[in-house]
Amino acid sequence: MSILSKHKIIETNATLLLVLSFLVVTIGGLVEIVPLFFIQNTIEKVEGMRPYTPLELAGRNIYIREGCYVCHSQMIRPLRDEVERYGPYSLAAESMYDHPFQWGSKRTGPDLARVGGRYSNEWHVHHLTDPRAVVPESVMPTYGFLLENKIDGKYIADMLKTNRIVGVPYTDEMIAKAREDFKAQADPDADTDGLIERYPGAKVANFDGQPQLTEMDALIAYLQVLGTMVDFSTFIPDASR
Amino acid sequence: MSDKKMNDQDPNTTGHSWDGIEEFDNPLPRWWLWTFYASILFAIVWTILYPAWPISTKGATPGLLGYSSRAAVAADIERYKKANAAVDKKLTTVPVDQIEKDPELLNYALNGGAAVFRTWCAQCHGAGASGAKGYPNLIDDDWLWGGTIDDIYTTVSHGIRYASDEDTRDSQMPVFGEILEPAEIQQLVQYVRSISGQEHNAAAAAAGKTLFADNCAACHGEDGKGGREFGAPNLTDQIWLYGGDVATLTETITNSRHGVMPAWAGRLTESQIRQVAVWVHQQGGGE
Repeated sequence: MSILSKHKIIETNATLLLVLSFLVVTIGGLVEIVPLFFIQNTIEKVEGMRPYTPLELAGRNIYIREGCYVCHSQMIRPLRDEVERYGPYSLAAESMYDHPFQWGSKRTGPDLARVGGRYSNEWHVHHLTDPRAVVPESVMPTYGFLLENKIDGKYIADMLKTNRIVGVPYTDEMIAKAREDFKAQADPDADTDGLIERYPGAKVANFDGQPQLTEMDALIAYLQVLGTMVDFSTFIPDASR
Repeated sequence: MSDKKMNDQDPNTTGHSWDGIEEFDNPLPRWWLWTFYASILFAIVWTILYPAWPISTKGATPGLLGYSSRAAVAADIERYKKANAAVDKKLTTVPVDQIEKDPELLNYALNGGAAVFRTWCAQCHGAGASGAKGYPNLIDDDWLWGGTIDDIYTTVSHGIRYASDEDTRDSQMPVFGEILEPAEIQQLVQYVRSISGQEHNAAAAAAGKTLFADNCAACHGEDGKGGREFGAPNLTDQIWLYGGDVATLTETITNSRHGVMPAWAGRLTESQIRQVAVWVHQQGGGE
């Protein structure tokens, strides 16, 4: 026990105590965090993940700006009741292009990880404008003003570039055509071949039902893609997780 | 102030003294110390039994118990699937229109279907299935695409105007604002109000009658009683999806309506789709 009795040296020397405490915390942190960058199954290999289209990305920014994550999680946990209610549990790969991720930790409203395709665009407009018109017991605030906020995607290419810096694989072509794609996705009459080629499976629609492009279009485009990218018919979960 | 020991049984002091107050150098209570050691031991045993140490790039040590949260949820789902396997198999193999004739299947489908409806359908059609503006009431006997169990089953499976499903029910009411003059649309509105037994301008309605025959009858029928082939509503029964007042009818005819219902095949299991179809069919309006 002689080494334990020397503990007094540390306890009576504040600087030494601080340095050693920091060392212990650092080791703990490294052991927990570093392996995740090297272990192969941290992010599973899945089919279908693609970066967000410019319009979806703009919608995501609105989602974050309006604080949707305060009441809605985007993380279906591997529990039977959650899988039955929301669909297959969330995979790490599904938020690999999210900076920051929107997993959330609180559900005042339901989880939105797989809300894409679950409701019609029109329903989203109704619901965001007046939640209680469709779900009487809802306590969600109204977001009808999104219908009036026109957007033109002026800075959307910069947004894509910023995402590229943190690792989202946007190509030069995607960035060059960002504004074009931004507008085309909300216009069913536009030539969308390029958009679909760059972003397979992107939904093209006049999301808000109005002639002009608004924040409502962007937000609904984002909501409609949530959880729809991964092809679950080809995904086999790794058992050792 | 005395600096002598107060009592011979007292432990040694730490040697600290503040204003003559000294601190006993008491050992930690035994029970606490042993709990602490036991916790450390428990943690070590835990990391051996459960997935823990990231020792290679392949992943963490799997642990002796072979536990995995994903395997656990799969087993949990499998357990319920297995418990229902027999009745699910029967439910999904009999023809849809025979389900309700089997009391066991009917009972199962009604209970399961109610849960499916509350989870996936109530957001649009309402908790009691009575609908809302733009979302049909399912408990009355007025059906857009048909109210037999087969019709309901098809609608639930493939949705309505749901672009991702090839077999979805589809029809497009033209945007008459681009085809007719506003005055003509007003005549049509008056005609529709006349056939639905509402207050109307008789002269305008008479003029609207020809317009109706030329533009609307192909889908809504000569008599305006609707056509299920196109999901065209019956305009004479005073049951309105969007509204029968002048303003709403004008809006409907001018800009058209294209309500969308998602397809549930793929998202729900075949058994769940059949359950909810039976549940809806049994709500009072089923044909």
